[in-house]
Order: sequence, then structure tokens, then C-alpha cells
Amino acid sequence: MLDALFQAAVLTSVAAATIRISTPLLLASLGELVAERSGVYNMGLEGMMLMGAFTSYLAAYESGSLWLGVLAAGLTGALMALVFAVLVITLKIEQIVTGLAVNLLGAGLSTYWLRSAFAGDGKTPTIPFFADVPVPGLSNIPVLGPILFDQRMLTYIAFLMVPAVWLFLFRTRYGLIVRCAGDNPKALDVKGVRVAPVQYAAVVFGGLMAGLAGAFLSVGQAARFVPDMTNGRGWLAIIIVIAGLWRPYPILVAALVFSFLDALQLQIQGVGIAIPYQFMLMMPYVAAIVALMIRRSRASAPARLGVPYTRE
Amino acid sequence: MSKIPRLSVRHLTKRFAALVANDDISLDVMPGELHCLLGENGAGKSTLSSCLYGLYQPDAGEIRVDGKTVQLRSPGEAIRAGIGMVHQHFVLVPGFTVVENVAVGTGSGWRLGRAEALSRIEAICSTYGISLNPHQFVGDLSVGEQQWVEIVKALYTGARLLILDEPTAVLTPEESRRLFAIVRRLTGEDLSIVLISHKMAEVMQSDQVSVLRKGRLVGTVVTSQVSRDQLTTMMVGRSVAAPTRAGDAKAHGETVLSVRGLTQLRDRRPVLDNASLDIAAGEIVGIAGVSGNGQDELFECLAGLAHPDGGKILLDGETLQAYSPATIAAKGVGYVPSDRFRDGLVADLDIGENLVLGQQWQARWRKGPFIDAAALDANARTAISAYSIAATGPSAPSRKLSGGNAQKVILAREFAKATRLLLCNQPTRGLDIGAIEFVHRQLLRKRDEGCAILLASEELDDLFALSRRIGVMFRGRILAVLDTKKATYDEIGSLMAGHRSEAAA
Ligand SMILES: Nc1ncnc2c1ncn2[C@@H]1O[C@H](COP(=O)(O)OP(=O)(O)OP(=O)(O)O)[C@@H](O)[C@H]1O
Ligand SMILES: [Mg+2]
Repeated sequence: MLDALFQAAVLTSVAAATIRISTPLLLASLGELVAERSGVYNMGLEGMMLMGAFTSYLAAYESGSLWLGVLAAGLTGALMALVFAVLVITLKIEQIVTGLAVNLLGAGLSTYWLRSAFAGDGKTPTIPFFADVPVPGLSNIPVLGPILFDQRMLTYIAFLMVPAVWLFLFRTRYGLIVRCAGDNPKALDVKGVRVAPVQYAAVVFGGLMAGLAGAFLSVGQAARFVPDMTNGRGWLAIIIVIAGLWRPYPILVAALVFSFLDALQLQIQGVGIAIPYQFMLMMPYVAAIVALMIRRSRASAPARLGVPYTRE
Repeated sequence: MSKIPRLSVRHLTKRFAALVANDDISLDVMPGELHCLLGENGAGKSTLSSCLYGLYQPDAGEIRVDGKTVQLRSPGEAIRAGIGMVHQHFVLVPGFTVVENVAVGTGSGWRLGRAEALSRIEAICSTYGISLNPHQFVGDLSVGEQQWVEIVKALYTGARLLILDEPTAVLTPEESRRLFAIVRRLTGEDLSIVLISHKMAEVMQSDQVSVLRKGRLVGTVVTSQVSRDQLTTMMVGRSVAAPTRAGDAKAHGETVLSVRGLTQLRDRRPVLDNASLDIAAGEIVGIAGVSGNGQDELFECLAGLAHPDGGKILLDGETLQAYSPATIAAKGVGYVPSDRFRDGLVADLDIGENLVLGQQWQARWRKGPFIDAAALDANARTAISAYSIAATGPSAPSRKLSGGNAQKVILAREFAKATRLLLCNQPTRGLDIGAIEFVHRQLLRKRDEGCAILLASEELDDLFALSRRIGVMFRGRILAVLDTKKATYDEIGSLMAGHRSEAAA
């Protein structure tokens, strides 16, 4: 029965699924990367993603436009991040605790809103979801074409964000400023650049990306909203940032590894190999714990990550 | 005829809760003037600088630049008013290169402008004769080089008024001379400079001196019209003798510390190269050398913080290498590290806690499983009065201490701990002259109690005044250990530069 796994068609579909599954992880972890590089831990990623998933579904359902759904998700994530930023940057409340509170808010609010918007058992009607967009020409390449170039729009965007974020952080003046805020905010302050606006912008960007990640889950692939549908992916994105040593390309690699394990798990369930499915479901998370153990050094973390900045 | 002062401060007052750090301060600095701020540790010099740079908001008073009243709510406004500053403690990003540290936050728009920044930095370096590799990571630089990065950073903004807060504390005498040459060139270009220093020889080179004491301005004097003694008297309220050669201890005991062929490699290159040294009980051995020649590594190996790649360390005949820093400390070894905020203190703990750091498990600081707050408090009060630490009290977090007072906390802790061996790496860095005199007395007292002392200092005066023998370090090697009575400043100086003299052979 194992041979069933190793047929060319199966392998191609595992690979294509890996790319698809990595989309929300990449979007969320790249956003988190920028926020953490500016010195702020956003532990509320899971909640922001979940709200993004819900509002995009709601907006798409009401308007009939999937892209309006995506827009709604981005705005929701950004708005939640803005509230989070007021709490942790301006009011200097503990970042981790505040992040946890945002997660509880996201879980509660999305379920509550769902129940009040769709009376009954809370089952949501399905809507059409984003179709695959083959890239003309490239999608015809044997093997690689169907894997890489026959994906959804948000997937292409997520992958393009990797070099974009890298360029931003390491090749622009604002990127240098963001990194300085995370490593030594005082060094920025004494140059006459205020630290708080930099961190606000980075955190709001992180929230926007988390919203988009949520949108991919609902309108991007499931075509509906299910309570708690993020299922720990926000946490996984935070781990990916650590495993990727706070750098865009290693983050891409880490996201692909976790997604591959997830894709494999789906495939194994599909072909009916007799491993309890809970065990396979566990695999990405086991891998995450292993990654954290190997990458235990915090040497590459921004030096002032999680420490609010004050002058006196 | 009356020129407009570049900087006028009028009735400036700054309070931290109950503590008045600056009390009704007024002073003027003319264009092209080198103006020194002199005062004991905690007198309020850095606080005044921070107010002038917009980092702190004064509670009262007025600041005028070129005759115009300015509101300095942030460093940005200070920079726009033409003020630049070198801070007492480095404000650098270790993971950034020199160029990135200098350029970050300057310029406009999206472009990084690395090339322009690089050429401007190179221009500054060549104009003023500063040697820096702009592409090196700042974390890899020695403290002296990091100070030059700070100075380039300040020059880069094109300021007309530069505030330098103890820039020479981490520079060698040679580097300090170079800095003064630069400072004089700048004043020649009509820049005004406010300089803070505890070194009287440097203060005497200024045009005017303002003396602060406990937050108040004692007075501003024209430097050429006062003597060094008059200034120290204004500053501490009594006269302080310059360090003079202290008599040697009556008797030397047995060898306490014996270092044999100590070697440590970094990136396959030796940072400690076959260093050997003996210290007897009741003896002070000095270590001279330009910083970055292996002193920090030597001390870290001795304190157990680093593991040597070769050689032997014996304390009272017992091999030390295998022990943890805690075990070594428990054997009566005290260690004063050169970087006080990184290795010496926990910034968020209060003075009482910092004073027992590493010994908190000992019975005398405990009440059952709990920390004995009353014992810590009593201990802190004793140290605060013995070392005259300027602080609001035992519960002040050490982060809020002035630089010199933070150093005193470390000294108090380590001096109390050391019974056999005291390792002091730059113990007088950043201390005022009254405090230096005090530390000298404490070191001699420890010596007379029979403690073996290893003392590294960039101040040759310290070494000549205190040590019986002086070892000179160069590129990780101890080139020679000279008898202080026979050694001369010149001889030590040339050894520090790596020239082996005949006498040393
Ligand atoms: N942020 C702060 N909060 C509370 N107290 C402070 C703060 N900064 C400084 N102080 C206190 O204000 C006083 C003056 O400190 P300041 O740093 O200005 O001294 P200084 O003259 O620069 O001394 P040093 O020569 O040791 O650097 C000290 O008693 C210090 O403890
Ligand atoms: Mg100071």
C-alpha cells in the first residue's frame, strides 16, 4: 500500500499541496518577521488570522466578491494590530499577555459574530472560492509547472512577498530603521527618529498579513468559515520566524518543511494507510518543537525584542 | 563686541521623583569654545547633557541656541538646532556595520544611500585622521574603536555644538590625545564643544570649566586662571592629592595565583598567547596595555568565564580551569569586569540585590528559603555610605545610577567577596578623582590584608601608584613583567606599542 504514495502523480500532488498549504504560513510569518524585527512580539497572530478568515468570508458572502473578502480580511487584521499596538507600544502593557488576550478575543468574537450572522446551527453556506490561476506558458513545464505555476493568486502573492520583505528589510532605508528599532531603539531615538511610529507601522503590517493569511484559509481554499479554522497556524507562523532565524529566506524554507509534513499527512490519510490520523496531524507540530530545540539559540533574535522603549 | 553665545542655559532644573539631578543651572558656551563640565559621580553632568539633547525634559528653565530659545522635546529637535552628542554609554547596534550605525535614521525616502554614507564617512575619517574600517560589524570592534564610531556619528550630523560625555573614559592616552587634536580643530572651525571628563589633565586643556556638585552649579571659571587644585576643591569640597606611589606592603606571602602558558584562540588566532604570571599574597601586579590586547580574555579565563585552550591556572596550588565561575568566586576570588553594564550588574535589579548577586544562596542573605530583605537593605546602606554611592536608596534600580556610581556598586560587592584574589579590570574607569583616591585606598587595604591583586588599567598613574610589578600585554602576550621601582613611563609605553626593550629581555 506504501507504493501508492510513491507514484509520480501522487508526489506531484503532495508537492503542489505543500505550496498551497504554505501560503497562509508564509503570509503570517513574513508579517510577524517585520513586527519582531521592529522589537514587538505579536502573539496575537492566531486571533488576527481567525478574524481575517471570518470577515473575508462574511464580506465575500454578502458582496459576492472574493477580492472584497480579501480586502476585508487585510483591514480587519490591520485594525486588530492597531489596537494591539496602542496597548503594547503606547501603554507598554506586557506583549505576550496582550497577544494571548487578542487570541481569545479573535476566537470569541468570530464565533459570536458567526452565530449572530447565520442563525441556526452556525453552519455556514459555502461560497465559490478562488480558482487556480495557471501562469501562461510556465504552467506547461512538465512536473514543475503543475506544482509551482498552477496555484491561487494569494499563493503567488505570498511567495513574491519573500523577496519583497527581504528587499525591504535589507535594502531600504526604512528597513534599516525597522531593524534598528528591534536591536537598539535608543540608537534610533538619538538620531531623531521616533521609535513608536516605526513599531506601529511594523505591527500593523504584521496584522494585515495575518488577515490575508486568514482570508486564504476561508475564501482561498475552504470556501466557508468554520470556528477555530486557523487551528494553530498562527502559532506555527511564530515558530517559523524563530526556526527561520528572523530571516526571510530561511523562513521560506521552514514554512515549506512544515507544509510538506502537513501535505504528506493529508495524502497518507487519502490513500488509507493504517496510521492513526491524529498521529499524522501531530507531525508538523512535533517538527516545530524539534525545530525550536535545534534553534534554541536566541543569538539571531532582535536584541530588544519584547522590551518596550522608554527614554528615562 | 559682545558675541552671541552658541548655547545659553538659564535656570535649568531637572528632577527624578524626589531627587533633584540638576538644580537651577545657568551657563553659556561661546562659538569655538571648549567648555568642560566637571563634577563628582552623580553630580548631574549626564543628566544636563541629556536635557540639552532633548532626551530628558527639564522641569524648569530655558535653553537658547545662538540666541534663540528652543524647545527640545526630542533628539530630532536637538539635531535640527545643530546639537550633536556622544553618550556616556555606547548607543550602537552590534549587528550593524559601521556605515549602517552611522547612516541609520539619516537621509530621506526609501533609498538606503549606502554609497553616499560611505563616502561621507571616509571623508570624515580622513579629514580628522580617524582609522576605522567602515564595513566591519560594530560588535567586533574594541571599546576604543566603538568610541570612534560614536564620534564619527556625532560629526556626521554636522552639528555646531557637540556634547561629549566622557569620551576618553574608554580611550587610551594616545587615542585621547588624538581626540583632543580633533576637538581643537573643531573649535578652530567655530564649533562649540561641551566635554565631560574626570581626567584633570584633559580638563585643564579647556577654555572654561563649569563645576557641578550634587546637581548645583558651583561656578564657571576660565581654565587658565585656576589651578588643578582649585578645581578639585570646587568639585569635591576638599583637596585631593594626585595619585602618588604608595609604599609596598611589609611582607609578601606565598604565591597565590600562578598562571602558566595561558593560551586562548579565537578564529584560530591566539588572543592570549602563552601568558605567564605569578602574584603573591599581599602583592599588587599591574597590567598595562592598549585595550584589546588580551586583557579582557585574561581576566575572563581567570574568573572562569572563558575556557583557555592551553596552559594552567593555579590558585593556592589548585588547578582552577575545571571550575565554574561560582566555584571560583566561592574560593575568595573577586572580579571587577571592564564592561560594567554587560558583565557587572543586572540593570533592573536594585542596589541591594546587585550587591549580593552570585551569593544570594548564602545563609547570611537568606531567611529560610526566602531572601532576607532586611539583611540586603542593611548591607546596601553600609555600602552606600562606605563608597558614597549617590542614589535615592537601596531600592533604586541600578539602571538609574550614574556611570561612576554603578561602578562603585560592583566594587563594593567584589571587594567584599575577595579574600584570596582580587581581579580588577579597569576599576577606575569613569570614576571621579575623589572616588579614584578612595578606590586606591581600598586596594591598598585589601593588599595589606594579604589579598593578591591583579589590576589592569589604562591609566599608568594607577599602576605606578599601586603595583609592585607591572606586566605589559601586547597581542595576547605578556611581554615583560617589570619592577615598578625601576620601570619608567617611556619603557612601559614602548612595550605597550610592541617594542621589546633591552631592559625587558
Ligand atoms: N533616569 C533616571 N532616573 C532616576 N534617577 C536618575 C536617572 N538618571 C540619573 N539619575 C540620578 O541623577 C543623578 C545624576 O546622575 P548623572 O548620570 O547625571 O550623573 P553624572 O554627573 O553624569 O555622573 P557620572 O560621572 O558618574 O557619570 C544621580 O544621582 C543618578 O542616580
Ligand atoms: Mg555621567
